[in-house]
Amino acid sequence: MVRAAQRNPSANSVSDRIAGKSLTLAALLVAALILWVVVDVLWQGAGRLSWEFVTTAPSDVGRAGGIAPMLVATMLILAVCLAAATPMAIATAIWLAEFAAAGRALRLSLDVLAGMPSIVFGLFGYVFFVHMLGLGFSILAGGLTLACMVLPVVTRACEESLRALPDGYRLGCAALGVSRAATLWRLQLPAAMPGLAVGIVLGIGRALAETAALLYTSGYVDRMPTSFSDSGRALSIHIFDMSMNVPGGDRGAYGTALVLLVMLIGINAVVFAISTWWSETRLEQA
Amino acid sequence: MNHYEQLVPLHAQSRPVVMDADSGRRDYIVTRALSMHYGERQVLRDISLQVAAGRITALIGPSGVGKSSLLACVNRLTDMLPGAHVNGELRVGGVDASHAATDVIALRRRVGMIFQKPNPFPLSIWNNLAFPLREHGVRAKSQLTEAITTALQEVGLWGEVKDRLHAAALSLSGGQQQRLCMARALALQPEALLMDEPCSALDPIAVGVVEELIARLRGRYTMLIVTHNLAQARRLADDVALLWPRDGAGELVEQGPAAHLFDSPRAAVTAAYLRSERI
Ligand SMILES: Nc1ncnc2c1ncn2[C@@H]1O[C@H](COP(=O)(O)OP(=O)(O)O)[C@@H](O)[C@H]1O
Ligand SMILES: [Mg+2]
Repeated sequence: MVRAAQRNPSANSVSDRIAGKSLTLAALLVAALILWVVVDVLWQGAGRLSWEFVTTAPSDVGRAGGIAPMLVATMLILAVCLAAATPMAIATAIWLAEFAAAGRALRLSLDVLAGMPSIVFGLFGYVFFVHMLGLGFSILAGGLTLACMVLPVVTRACEESLRALPDGYRLGCAALGVSRAATLWRLQLPAAMPGLAVGIVLGIGRALAETAALLYTSGYVDRMPTSFSDSGRALSIHIFDMSMNVPGGDRGAYGTALVLLVMLIGINAVVFAISTWWSETRLEQA
Repeated sequence: MNHYEQLVPLHAQSRPVVMDADSGRRDYIVTRALSMHYGERQVLRDISLQVAAGRITALIGPSGVGKSSLLACVNRLTDMLPGAHVNGELRVGGVDASHAATDVIALRRRVGMIFQKPNPFPLSIWNNLAFPLREHGVRAKSQLTEAITTALQEVGLWGEVKDRLHAAALSLSGGQQQRLCMARALALQPEALLMDEPCSALDPIAVGVVEELIARLRGRYTMLIVTHNLAQARRLADDVALLWPRDGAGELVEQGPAAHLFDSPRAAVTAAYLRSERI
């Protein structure tokens, strides 16, 4: 008994140490993988990067010149996507979290949609936005298609963050005679904002990465778009095109990838900053 | 000058309190043949409860018998609980409060509620009180200051927090949080307070402070306090009501002045319950 008691702690600590070590190893491996991708993009892309690269139009099918039209097109597509998806996602999330105990069917279909391959959304966008609504190959059609694609993901993330709030907020407000609208607007949404921001960032990530669905909705014309009804080539499509169709386009592809990466990080930082600011001022003035 | 003149005017009939013809006792909360279901499952059956104005009534009974559910019926928080259905009559301050058309916002302003687990909002101490006040129409800074100061003084928290009113309410200790929640309810100048085991999540010292506070508020508010702690019921209550389960649903087996009920209970289950708790 005594010996067992004495042996056990050391046996435990050995297996603990092995478990701890292997977890650390797994974490390091993942970190290394991510680092490798980032370093690769930095390494290969940095040489191509310059002020000129982001402010001029491409020439020689992208081998020379810059990516200004794609940068603008990408931002416009993302703007359309977020403008359409965010309000709808948040509204649906509120409804699911607050009012629809029986929203099972909707929740299930959102989860199915979230797992749908993007090419299916592209096909839907091509048929519905490009042809039926007559938007043609345009930034509007591409952005709306992406909105459909990210809507399920953003909605579910927003719903979860609303559900994660303590019940004491909802019931506490009700017991004080505070209306449901005021509870939502002044307390629940601001308190859930960090979670909502994560949902939106997830959506932005998917939207910026999307290539397939944009090919036949916003098109791949590499001219500078002048309106939402113009066709425009997203950065992701440009990367694809440069690396697959343009001999000697690799450097340009890497430079574009680096810009895309920086853009993703930058936009996410802005989203988090805005959400933190909004949440804090909102709660302050509640 | 009352700073609540800007509040939603209360129902005109709300002031007079029911007069019971037999005893001359004024009851503020009265239920008659009230029953409640969660979905198919009945949790309360045929409850006829009277809570005397200005007195402390303790609602006791075993865990799961429906004490919290009964409190939720009184301020119609049941409207917010999925699957909850209530039947029967409910009068609060002489006003019928059991209809779908009842103004529940006004009802809840008159009947404050304190939860088992302190639930301050993720706001500053100041805003925990200012937020509901603003929602009820008190907007001027001077009126807010007066209402908030008074309420914090009333619960004995003023001295402890007056220098950090803009600190997060969640940074307070459990007992302070619970008193903050009481101040938040009192700031709306309610007529009654429903308290659901308000001390059960607190440490012994905080329990003493909150009990003292409840005793100090006696006479100013009608209080209905759920407790599973018979000693606490003895210390605080003027009247006691006992809920007991039968066929899975809580029934009101006995209610009356605390002294009568504790010393010479009429119902056999009451006597048995009191004896079991004393061991
Ligand atoms: N929201 C709810 N939905 C379904 N059943 C509930 C809900 N809240 C409580 N109950 C059930 O109703 C019964 C009474 O609960 P409650 O009123 O909390 O009892 P007490 O406060 O006396 O412990 C319990 O059996 C409990 O499981
Ligand atoms: Mg309870």
